[in-house]
Amino acid sequence: MLIMAFRIALRALARNKLRSFLTMLGIIIGVGAVIAMVAIGEGAKKRVQEQIASLGTNLLVILPGTVTLGGARSGSGGRQSLIAADAKAIMNEIPVVAGASPVVRQAQQVIAGDQNWGTSIQGVAPEFQQIREWQVREGRFINQADVESTAKVALIGATVAYNLFGDNDPMGSVIRIKKIPFRIIGILGAKGQTGNGTDQDDIVMVPYTAMMKLVMGVTYIQQIIVAAVSADTTQEANAQIALLLRQRHRIRAGNDDDFNIRNLSDIAEAASNSATVMALLLGSIASVSLIVGGIGIMNIMLVSVTERTREIGIRMAVGARGRDIMLQFIVEAVVMAASGGVIGILVGIGSSNLIKYLAELPTLIRPEIIAISFLVSGTVGVFFGFYPARKASQLDPIDALRYE
Amino acid sequence: MRAQSELLAPSPDRGLDAEPGQEVIRIRDLFKTYKMGDIEVAALRGINLMIRRGEFIAVTGASGSGKSTFMNILGCLDRPTSGAYFLEGQDVSAFSADEWAHIRNSKIGFVFQGFNLLYRTSAAENVELPMMYNGLPSKERRRRALEVLGLVGLAERSHHLPNQLSGGQQQRVAIARSLVNRPSLILADEPTGNLDTKTSDEIMQLFQNLNEKEGITIVLVTHEPDIAEYAHRQIVFRDGSIISDNAKA
Repeated sequence: MLIMAFRIALRALARNKLRSFLTMLGIIIGVGAVIAMVAIGEGAKKRVQEQIASLGTNLLVILPGTVTLGGARSGSGGRQSLIAADAKAIMNEIPVVAGASPVVRQAQQVIAGDQNWGTSIQGVAPEFQQIREWQVREGRFINQADVESTAKVALIGATVAYNLFGDNDPMGSVIRIKKIPFRIIGILGAKGQTGNGTDQDDIVMVPYTAMMKLVMGVTYIQQIIVAAVSADTTQEANAQIALLLRQRHRIRAGNDDDFNIRNLSDIAEAASNSATVMALLLGSIASVSLIVGGIGIMNIMLVSVTERTREIGIRMAVGARGRDIMLQFIVEAVVMAASGGVIGILVGIGSSNLIKYLAELPTLIRPEIIAISFLVSGTVGVFFGFYPARKASQLDPIDALRYE
Repeated sequence: MRAQSELLAPSPDRGLDAEPGQEVIRIRDLFKTYKMGDIEVAALRGINLMIRRGEFIAVTGASGSGKSTFMNILGCLDRPTSGAYFLEGQDVSAFSADEWAHIRNSKIGFVFQGFNLLYRTSAAENVELPMMYNGLPSKERRRRALEVLGLVGLAERSHHLPNQLSGGQQQRVAIARSLVNRPSLILADEPTGNLDTKTSDEIMQLFQNLNEKEGITIVLVTHEPDIAEYAHRQIVFRDGSIISDNAKA
């Protein structure tokens, strides 16, 4: 019976192909949009997770100021409470800490010959290289001697090297930061973009002592970046650092910390969650067009029922029961919706691939989404086809046969 | 009257023996009143009637005489306000809508003035339509459809669409459709109303043939005296009652 209803439905839809297609268009667009939007969201989430994973899950970042309620990012503001000695103490006095580096940074123009380039200057310690696993492509990283002598030496990232020197070798050249000459002792290996689009290679690294004294003129540092010995010991390191700093900063029991320790994997999870929320949000908005598509199907089915009143009367006269008529029209609506769903899935996959190619945004399509989209479009067909089908089944055969 | 041929004999699982002369329809004290706002209109006032198997009956009367209402009740399309309608011994006037649908499918065949074929559907598929609602497999349906199309003389046109057939041919397809499930009774409502004189005669001869050779019971509504002449018995309606019920000599 169902197979026959299916065949009757296909026949009825084929009778007016253009109308059937236009009706399906709502579902096609709805499903296509949902799939493309969710793919973009999932792609973003995956890329964020990859980026964070590449940073390492044993990293801690210590910032001055207190944590705002809810763990929201507080930014490097608040009181200036961290000093370089804190970083040294952390490294020397806590066994589960593998390395710690102070970080100070500022956006500055860098001038080389007649070229200039606005970039981020970061003052770091030698430990920074290992903590961030940053390769040096040419030359050498900052060493302890540089730090102690406040040496005016610098490493430049790939983007800076390209914009100031083009194809020429920057090694040994002099760049000026705030009119202070720095000699290039190394070129950093490429790291690419972060999850939120920052170019990690647009950077210049100098000894933190030179940065603090010569470029910025400060005695407090903005961050301490710490690597625990392993991912497992990160929590313990976190606790011990807190104790140490409270002691060093002479914070009385019961008072808040004047610093806050961020665990990178917490940040990673938060970023991943917000990417999921974004994907769901985009998907929900796109689902609205599915509802519109369903209404379109209901509309056309109502017209179809009216147009075929006589046909319904004939079918009833030869023995169709109310439920036979209802099944016929619901199946028609479902076939339209499901076909629209299939085409929409193809359109969605095609668009997400196109977006990946043209806009260079990452996209990821999961099979569950495809299955859900198909089921949802079928359900839309049943739901929105129900009312017209019921109307059809309740027609009085005598009146229906008389219909012009 | 000859015994029914194999092609149109009712299937053996029928309760009643399909003997010619047996009672097929009995109508007892049938009333039908419509309510139009505050006014009650009596369309049928106490009809009493018996129809035997193999009869060929013409029902005549002016517009508003109640003959259409009577046919609708006979065809299980409308419910009487009071009274009984026995079809093959069962009072079907109290049956449910689904039970009526089953009767219309298997016991009654309809032929309409406007043919009422499905557009863009071939003659064979039109004839198959009643069989789609009693679950026959498609090969069986096709075989049976071609069989009855042969009976009405349209076997070579089984694949034609209604707009490729003349009025008379379309009506033949409709008659074939009405016969396909071996009904006890054919109800024809002005079957020649849309046909010219010559074609009307052909169709009436076909009915006569079906009645005399195959023993099919036919009740036919018409307002044309020439058409009524083909039948053996004429029932005349006026103002909701039967005013005469005569068999031809």
